[in-house]
Order: sequence, then C-alpha cells, then structure tokens
Amino acid sequence: MNPAGFPEQGRRAWAIAKKDILIYYFKGPVLIFGIFMPVFLFLAFFMGSRQLPLSFLISGLVGMTLFFTATAVSPAIFPWEGSAKTLERLASCPVTVEAIVFGDMIASLLFGIGITVVTIIIGLALGLSILHGITLAAAIFLAACCFSAIGMLLAVPPTNVPSNIMMLSSLIKFPLVFISGIFIPLEQMPAWGTVLAVFSPLTYFTDLVRYSFTDAYYFPVLFDLGALAVFTLVFTVGTMYLHKRTMPKRM
Amino acid sequence: MTDVIHASNLTKVFGRSTAVDHISFEVHGGEIFGFLGPNGAGKTTTTRMLTGVIPTDAGTATVLGHDIRSEPVQAKQGFGVVPETSNAYTDLTAWQNLMLMGELYGLERARAGRRSTDLLGMVGLLERKDQKVQAYSKGMKQRLILAMALIHEPKLLFLDEPTGGLDVQSTQMILSLLRELNRAGTTIFLTTHNMDEANRLCHRVGIIRAGKMVAIDAPEKLKTAIDRVHQIEVSFDREVSGNALSALASVTGANPVGDKWRITADNQDAAIRSLVAFSQKNGAAIVTLNTLAPSLDDAFLRLTREEKP
Repeated sequence: MNPAGFPEQGRRAWAIAKKDILIYYFKGPVLIFGIFMPVFLFLAFFMGSRQLPLSFLISGLVGMTLFFTATAVSPAIFPWEGSAKTLERLASCPVTVEAIVFGDMIASLLFGIGITVVTIIIGLALGLSILHGITLAAAIFLAACCFSAIGMLLAVPPTNVPSNIMMLSSLIKFPLVFISGIFIPLEQMPAWGTVLAVFSPLTYFTDLVRYSFTDAYYFPVLFDLGALAVFTLVFTVGTMYLHKRTMPKRM
Repeated sequence: MTDVIHASNLTKVFGRSTAVDHISFEVHGGEIFGFLGPNGAGKTTTTRMLTGVIPTDAGTATVLGHDIRSEPVQAKQGFGVVPETSNAYTDLTAWQNLMLMGELYGLERARAGRRSTDLLGMVGLLERKDQKVQAYSKGMKQRLILAMALIHEPKLLFLDEPTGGLDVQSTQMILSLLRELNRAGTTIFLTTHNMDEANRLCHRVGIIRAGKMVAIDAPEKLKTAIDRVHQIEVSFDREVSGNALSALASVTGANPVGDKWRITADNQDAAIRSLVAFSQKNGAAIVTLNTLAPSLDDAFLRLTREEKP
C-alpha cells in the first residue's frame, strides 16, 4: 500500500466525505434550508412574473437548488473544523490537503445532487417531462462538481469564524443567481447582462436544464457542457492549490 | 540505536517573531523524549512542524526516515499524534471517531473494528462507545484521543501536554499506558510542563527557551549538570568534628543542620568515598547519607531563566 498514491488518498477522501455527511449534512436545518430556500425564491418569481412558462421557472428552480445546496455547507466546513481543532487532527493524519478538499467536495456534491433530484421530482409531478435525460444527468453531475469546487473556493480565506465566510459566500452567490438566466431568460437580458452571464457557470447549467425540459437553449449543448467542464477543472485545481497555501494559517 | 526523529536547524517565523530558532536534536528509537519549556517557548510550534501540521521556514526534519516536507504522508503513516487541545469529533460517537481514524490511516474495516474494540477496552470507554463524544468528560475525551492516535499501531507517538488539566485517575491511566507502549517498543515524544511527569517518565529531556534549545540530556544528568557544587547530607551515630569533615578529600565545607551535617563537595563520588573512609577510621557509623541533587524543576528554572541584559 502506498499511502500517498491516488487510490489510497481517494479512499481517505471518501472517509472524509462520509464524516462530513454525518456531521454537517444530516442535520434538519441544513436539509430544510437546502429545499426551502430555492423553493421560496422560485415561488416569489412564479407569483411575480406570470408571463413566464412553468417549464422555464422549473429549470431555474433546478439550477438554483443545485447551486445553493452544493455551496450551502462546504464554505463553512474548514472554518468550523479550524475552530474546533479537528482540522489539526486531519492535518496530522496521512492525508493530503487535496484529499481533504476532495472529500469535502464529494460530500457537497452528493448533497447537491440528492436535493436536486427532489426538485426534479417536483417538476415531474407538476406535469413536466424530461426530454433529454442523459444530458440532464451529465449536466447535474458536472455542475455539482463545479459548484462544490466553488463552495470550497469560498472557504479559502484563512478565517476560523464561519459567519465571516458565510457572509462572503452570500455576497457572491446571490448576484450570480441574477446574472445566470434563472429568472430572466438570456435572450431578454441587456447586452451587459449577457456579457456577465458568460462568466457564470450557473448560466451553462441553467441552459442545459432548460434544454433537457423544453428543448430550447441559448448556447449549443456541447458548448454548455464544455464550459462547465472547464469551470470545474479551473475551480477544483484553484481551490486545492489555494487551500494548500492557506491551511497552515488556520492552525 | 537509530534516530526516529532528526531535526536540523528547524526554524519557524511568525511575522517579526521567531518562534523556533534553528533548533537541532535527535530522538532515538525506543526512548521517551520529554520536550520541556515555559509557555510560548516554541514547544507546540516545534511539535506541529515535526508532525507536518505547519511547514518549516528553514531547516529539515526527518521523521521515521521520511522528510516531513517532501514525504509528509509516508512520515505521518508511521506516527500518531495526541495534540494539546482535545480534537475528537464531538458529533460522532467514540466508535465512529475510531473507525474514521482507521479509514484515514488506510486500515481494513475488520482490522479497524478489532483495534477499536481493543483500544476502547484499554482506555476504559468500551461501554460508552456508542455515546456521542460531546457528552464525555475532559478525561474521557483525552483517553479517546490517545486511542485514536494508536489505531494504526504507530512506531512513534507525539503527545502535547497529554495530562494537562486532567483528574488523577485519567492522568495515571494515561501515564501507565505510555509506559506500557514504550516497553512494547513505541518511541514517545512528550511535550509537558509537568516536571515530575518528565522526571519519572523520560529517558532524555530537551529544554527549549525562547525558541532555542538550551539543554538535552537524561533528567538525572541535567539535574547534576546545573550545579558544579554538590551537596550531601550525612549523619553519624556519634558526634564528629566539623573541621575533620571539612578536611576530607573533595569536601569543600561542612555545616551542621539539626543532627546532620550538610557537606558541600566539588566531586560527589570522591566525597562519599572520603566520608565512608572517615566513618570506618573513626568508628562513627553512618546513620543516613543522602545526596541532595537539584530537582528537575531547579534545572528547568535555571535553564529557562531569562538572561539579564
């Protein structure tokens, strides 16, 4: 057994993911927040913009749900563990910083996918049908990876005060929702809005979900998938590199 | 005897302050090495560098044959750590904490289960293994953390103030476990404030002051090394002359203290031989004879005292 090899570090990352799910995700408030937050945002827009079709709004709801759930807890795990000194325990174990970050990402990814499946079931119950199931599955998986990496990226500042990170997290997450074609279709956005939307990974996911439910899209499907893959790669590599630099400052 | 820890010019700087300043030392396989120093001297920082928790700013540290900077995972695979602050996951049970450690050290599930049962039995927590750690007392948490550090049967164990603030029962249990582990071949690197603990447990101690290593030796040698003049207390079954005692070889002075004589000597061994010879020659039987070596506390205080400008 090579403890530093990829397979062994992967196993250990999975152990960290299981620990995260047990400690941070299987909590009533977290589960409730993960479902209620996007549902209420969706209802607010559903009531306020009756001219938009349900299929458009459900696509937005799926996009929001995955985005909010995959980034809900992960930014706070490092600060929590830093203040509880359990991060020092992990740092003294034979696991790399990359494996710790990857483990946190797996937990957030699984939580995001789990809650998103619930919203898709709600969509199906409201009469929508999935036209492109494989595209939807690929989009959800890629976007969950990407959003988990964003969640971990938000945890990079080496503070052990979770509220600081959550404030920063809200400051970044909410504007992203409004520039990603969730509530206003990209076609109806002003030019500057479309330019901003290009830089949000949520735009491509929402576009893919819309395609999966309505067959309509703004960007070509392969372009959406490619963009999500590039964002995922950049954010994952970036978050691992930055955490490696900032983790000792938390000790 | 092979070295399990080899630190060379280890340095850590925080802003403008040098927490650890080019310290070098070795810890031999099979020994209990005590790492002593006052608060803020750099003990925990050194331990954190040696365990790969924080990077070094200069110097190198080899732990179990692996450079802690270039091969941290391989080094960490061989040692266990009991940090200064209790850090088990309080939302998990003792059993879940141990199984998590088993997975993080790459143990097969069955082996991790067997080890967890054995260790929980050893630290007296088997009956409460399914209780969340948040309900544990400080002593129970510390015993659990020791068990967590031992899950993979490490060759080297780092302990940072393992008995700080614990009740007598937990302290005695931990110290006795450490002795047993050491007898079974585990090398122990123990950071402590407790001189009595270090004196009774450690084969060698290193003393750090303001980030610099000021002494490394066996506790007994360290105690005697700080005083060039030794003291011996002796009593005889009859009155003897102070002048006669003062005139003995290696004896530099003799003062009466109650029914005893306090002898000062520049060579303890030679002075004791002279006293025995004096007793035989004068027919004055020795009733008591005690060497008054300084305690480890004295040595510690002397060595860690700030130098006056």
